[in-house]
Amino acid sequence: MTRYFTDEHEWIDVDGDVATVGITDYAQSQLGDIVFVELPAVGTSVEKGKDAAVVESVKAASDVYAPITGEVTEVNPALEEDPALVNSAPEGDGWFFKMTIGDSGQLEGLMDAAAYKDFVASL
Amino acid sequence: MRYLPLTDTDRAAMLETIGAATVDDLFVDVPEVARLDGPIRDLPMHASEMAVERHMKKLAAKNLVAGEVPFFLGAGAYRHHVPASVDTIIQRGEFLTAYTPYQPEIAQGTLQMLFEFQTQVARLYGCAVANASLYDGSTACWEAVAMATRVTRRKRAVLSGALHPHYAEVVRTMASFTGDEIADAQPAITAEPDLDGLMARIDDETACVVVQYPDILGRISDLTPVAEAAHAKGALLVVVNTEPVALGAIRSPGEMGADIVVGEGQSLGVGLQFGGPYLGLFAVRDPKHVRQMPGRLCGETTDAEGKRGFVLTLSTREQHIRREKATSNICTNSGLCALAFTVHMTLLGERGLRELAAENHRLACLAADRLAKVPGVKVLNTAFFNEFTLILEGKPAREIVRDLADRGVLGGVSLGRLYPGVAALEHALLVAVTETATQEDIEALARELEASIKESVA
Amino acid sequence: MNAPNQSGWKPAMIASEDGMHNGPATTTGNRALMLEEPLLFEIGRSDVTGVDLPPVDADAPTRLGALGRSEAIGLVGLTEPETVRHYTRLSRQNYGIDLGFFPLGSCTMKHNPRLNEKVARLPGFADVHPLSPQNAVQGALDVIHQLGGWLCTLTGMPAVAMSPKAGAHGELCGILAIRAAHEARGDAREVVLVPESAHGTNPATAAFANYRVEDIPATPEGRVDVAALKARLGPDVAAVMITNPNTCGLFEKDFREIADAVHAAGGYVYCDGANFNAIVGKVRPGDLGVDAMHINLHKTFSTPHGGGGPGSGPVVLSEALAPYAPLPFVRQQTDGTFYLVEEENREERGPSFGRMTAFHGQMGMFTRALTYMLSHGADGLKQVAEDAVLNANYILRSMEDILHAPFAGSGPCMHEALFGDKDFTGGLSTLDVAKGLIDEGYHPMTVYFPLVVHGAMLVEPTETESKATIDQFITAFRAVVERALAGDEALKQAPYYAPRRRLDETAAARKPKLAFEG
Repeated sequence: MTRYFTDEHEWIDVDGDVATVGITDYAQSQLGDIVFVELPAVGTSVEKGKDAAVVESVKAASDVYAPITGEVTEVNPALEEDPALVNSAPEGDGWFFKMTIGDSGQLEGLMDAAAYKDFVASL
Repeated sequence: MRYLPLTDTDRAAMLETIGAATVDDLFVDVPEVARLDGPIRDLPMHASEMAVERHMKKLAAKNLVAGEVPFFLGAGAYRHHVPASVDTIIQRGEFLTAYTPYQPEIAQGTLQMLFEFQTQVARLYGCAVANASLYDGSTACWEAVAMATRVTRRKRAVLSGALHPHYAEVVRTMASFTGDEIADAQPAITAEPDLDGLMARIDDETACVVVQYPDILGRISDLTPVAEAAHAKGALLVVVNTEPVALGAIRSPGEMGADIVVGEGQSLGVGLQFGGPYLGLFAVRDPKHVRQMPGRLCGETTDAEGKRGFVLTLSTREQHIRREKATSNICTNSGLCALAFTVHMTLLGERGLRELAAENHRLACLAADRLAKVPGVKVLNTAFFNEFTLILEGKPAREIVRDLADRGVLGGVSLGRLYPGVAALEHALLVAVTETATQEDIEALARELEASIKESVA
Repeated sequence: MNAPNQSGWKPAMIASEDGMHNGPATTTGNRALMLEEPLLFEIGRSDVTGVDLPPVDADAPTRLGALGRSEAIGLVGLTEPETVRHYTRLSRQNYGIDLGFFPLGSCTMKHNPRLNEKVARLPGFADVHPLSPQNAVQGALDVIHQLGGWLCTLTGMPAVAMSPKAGAHGELCGILAIRAAHEARGDAREVVLVPESAHGTNPATAAFANYRVEDIPATPEGRVDVAALKARLGPDVAAVMITNPNTCGLFEKDFREIADAVHAAGGYVYCDGANFNAIVGKVRPGDLGVDAMHINLHKTFSTPHGGGGPGSGPVVLSEALAPYAPLPFVRQQTDGTFYLVEEENREERGPSFGRMTAFHGQMGMFTRALTYMLSHGADGLKQVAEDAVLNANYILRSMEDILHAPFAGSGPCMHEALFGDKDFTGGLSTLDVAKGLIDEGYHPMTVYFPLVVHGAMLVEPTETESKATIDQFITAFRAVVERALAGDEALKQAPYYAPRRRLDETAAARKPKLAFEG
């Protein structure tokens, strides 16, 4: 399993032909207490760089962009009951959705963990 | 100027602190072309409290006051007795001169009141959640249609022909800009509303079907089949209520399966006021729809010491955060009218609202029976709450209404006024009878109506 | 620092010595005049009522079809004395203008004259049905006509739409008129330009009317970047929406030049009139090239805010947009009588874009606003603007030595002074200053708006405050700011003395509890 990162602070795990998407620890720390996550419907086609979900704190709503193009196959049911998971386990139990990989070539433009770490340090 | 505390000495001292020679130096950024050399011409100068009151009283005296004549107007605005304590409370400066409760630590009065209001409205409508109010019933009706299009991701709304024509017009106007399709109709003059015809218009593209209850002709019918038909097509049922007192006597829209219930709250606490400010009510039956609702919401929480308190919540739906992605551009509610509604509803309580509703219905039945005996008058409705439709012989009802006003009776709202130019409706008169009507008032209406029709037939 | 009155007396501010004055806990949780109050649903009863009505006769015949209510509604009631006490106790947990200084920027919390309340309650206004025959409501139509006349004269505009129910509704009215005017010419423009400092309703309104919203940048001095705006104009731009005076409290001095450029490019100029109170009686927006502007009667003309509405938002319109105004509108006949132009007046309604609300607008606010205008007159309204601007500049100059004032060098401010949190230390924020002011007995200024200034604090004193009140506020504001500059940890827990300490908004939003359960 390989994990990639975007410069919009999403992460994407690739496991065979299924990818899991969430937001990074850095992103959740910037957003503050998450109160709600609006997830796409299963079956939605999402497009790389276009909004796929919305994450809300008390005073802000932020779009979460699809790291690659594909179709949503599953969403994290736990986030409905407990959006705080995004704060406590952003890169684990706080995942957002799973999707198909429309074009695996798109993954190559993303960062690996080391590159993302440098990217965050540069902000 | 009695409202301006600064003295010339104060002004001079303040200008000195600022470092400006004259107050006009503070307006230097106004371009020359737009600067006025003195008070705007063509307007009077300031006036004393007594003089202003005299001017306004003269204007007020040119209106025929509802409470001074036999009065039977409804059609979306109803005259009810408002207990004296309601106005006393809404005039308390802490309510009257407060702002939107953005600093909750010093706005718990408004917030707790809104929480009570939301609870009262939700229960009255048979819903899970009500918001903290919108402008009025007609704008709430449009907001319900807009919300249904968001929830269903469809763009077609089916309106009942018996929806208040002004409400339908507001929806049509707004939809003409958003590109939503509105399938509307005109009311048929029948004793029972044509629900089968309405249900037949629901299709797979329909976001919602909008039904008024009681409807514009005062008719009431079980909307459960409409809810089922809508849900079978994946559409929502929006029920519009313009007379909340009715819900003290008849089943709630939520009970019948309505998904969104909206209405006008003016009947309780607010008064007629020539049409505004009024009180838009908005509720949803299923709590999962809360995040698609427009308008402010008050929620319960705790403070840093663990005490219960209230805040405005879920505000990420609103314009000041979402900007162009907001659920609505609304940024205010009808706070003081909501307070008036809540205080009146608190005074009534379950028992009082049921008694008030029963008294309205009793008098309306009495009036319908009496008016049915007037030659040339037929009562249309089989079922009604406190408003029903008469079919009149002779001249169009609109002319008869004007004639009745000249005879000192405000006898109802003609459908000719509401649906101008529709020949099939021009002989219909809507009559509303609330607890404020006396038996003498009903007798006066019957007498003058008889005289007016007789003259008009002759 | 306080100006003494003629007797030589001036109010003293005595600093509290030991802070909390914490005495023993009370049994009730009350603290003398600070009274806790349960929820209505915890004290009310289903069989109690505060009105005297005949009991329900269960055997009386009904004509409710089969729809008679069988289930309980779930409401509770209180008698009149209990009701009055419940809501009076709640009222005391609220801050209002009547209680103290309320410098909430862009909201214009000025005194609400009580004559206005009295007039609005005259039965000739309060007890009149909106669908009464027009021969029975000539006075009501006259009020709408007179108020419209004042608004047109004060703004130098030829027409006004009176029905919008609030500022945002008025804004929508103006943008819909613009859309209708373009469409009437077959001109399908797609974009509305909005400055980044604009109030959130501007983009929300434009988006509602199916326009794409594009931001216009601001200059470092806090005004619209005219060059950037001009560069963006073109055949796809339907309108620009500009607030003037703007949300930074500054007059857009290039407004006329902007308007001319927009017109030359075939667009319209929407002016957000939320801040009209700064220039009423001094400047007519019509002279600046405005096509549409809403006026918040609850701001400039002091109809009460009521804890969040009802407002009222008439919209003045240029000749170009006037034909598209929404129904209904009031016209006068040659014999002096008034009538309503509604859907049926097919010729007179012309290309009106439709209807925005069921009846004729916020009549109860019209009577109050007209009363306010008549009280002030042309001379008084001019003084209103001058005193509001004077008070704001006085606060700006009295604070700028210790509090970051990003646009203090851009010339005088208008009716409000804008500050930022730049120099606070120890993790203290604008929010902490706001909460500290609550403890000092003030309603805080507007915070975190406009977004263009970090940690914005927008202070709007209005004209109805005395110099002594403003001086006392400055003293308190400076003291709280000094604490923020010094990184005073205790400020992070403020307020200490309000009916509630800081409330947990995160918990409220995560698990919304929006109605009483039980």
